[in-house]
Amino acid sequence: MSCQEGWKGWAVASVQGGMWVLLGVLTVTAVAGVVWRTRQGRMRLVELGETLIPTLTELGEAPGERATLLQFSSAFCAPCRATRRILAEVAAAVPGVRHVELDAESNLDVVRRLNILKTPTTLVLDAQGRVTQRAAGQPRKEHILAALAKAVG
Amino acid sequence: MIDRSYIDPRGQRFAAWITSAVLAGVLLTHSATLLAVQAVVFALGATGRSPYAALWKRIPKSPPSELEDKRPPQFAQGVGLAFAVVGTIGYATSVTTLGTVATAAALAAAFLNAAFGFCLGCEIYLLAKRTTNKGVTA
Repeated sequence: MSCQEGWKGWAVASVQGGMWVLLGVLTVTAVAGVVWRTRQGRMRLVELGETLIPTLTELGEAPGERATLLQFSSAFCAPCRATRRILAEVAAAVPGVRHVELDAESNLDVVRRLNILKTPTTLVLDAQGRVTQRAAGQPRKEHILAALAKAVG
Repeated sequence: MIDRSYIDPRGQRFAAWITSAVLAGVLLTHSATLLAVQAVVFALGATGRSPYAALWKRIPKSPPSELEDKRPPQFAQGVGLAFAVVGTIGYATSVTTLGTVATAAALAAAFLNAAFGFCLGCEIYLLAKRTTNKGVTA
């Protein structure tokens, strides 16, 4: 085998090896992306725990009379802005509901206690300030309204 | 008050597609030079001077229907830079596996962003803060 052929063989094998890695990465990522997107903003039922009203009061925030939409945001979070808009709209439209937005980074103890892992995370609190449902990622308006109906129901 | 400038989110997705294509090229060619160029692009992007986004601005198009905070994509570019630097060192020193693993990770994030609107800062920034700031709170 000549030196040139050796080089060619190496180049071909290298590209082919890279090709399989590339296809693998793209396939795994595409599957992960579909899973990620379907989970985005989906409301999950939560077992009723302690009331968060003292926590809110401590932070200088008043809870809503009937329900509170508690949003955790951070600086490097693109969908936090859209989430803020949607939750504020819902709070304005539904009487007795208040939207409270907290900066996750400056409230790390609350974040740990409530096991908030990413931003935005939205918690739907009932009139007693207990978490009824939660959603990680940008929630859809109809899901928030459905969760509120349950929380105040 | 923090300076909050806003950008066209479509430009950011456009940039993520180019980044994905370049990183795919790196996986195929194992080129330290190409990955080093992408590292420079990441460094520029992390400081708000992405050449890919500049390219987007030159394309004639309708105005964006909504704007986005520029900080989340800049954060992601910074993370991309770290991976690209590690990958470049890997390929340049013939530790091809290191180059490939780092490039594959950066490609996964760029491709998720381009195709699905994945926000890296949303997923990892708070987790990182939670781990690094342990015990600081009372």
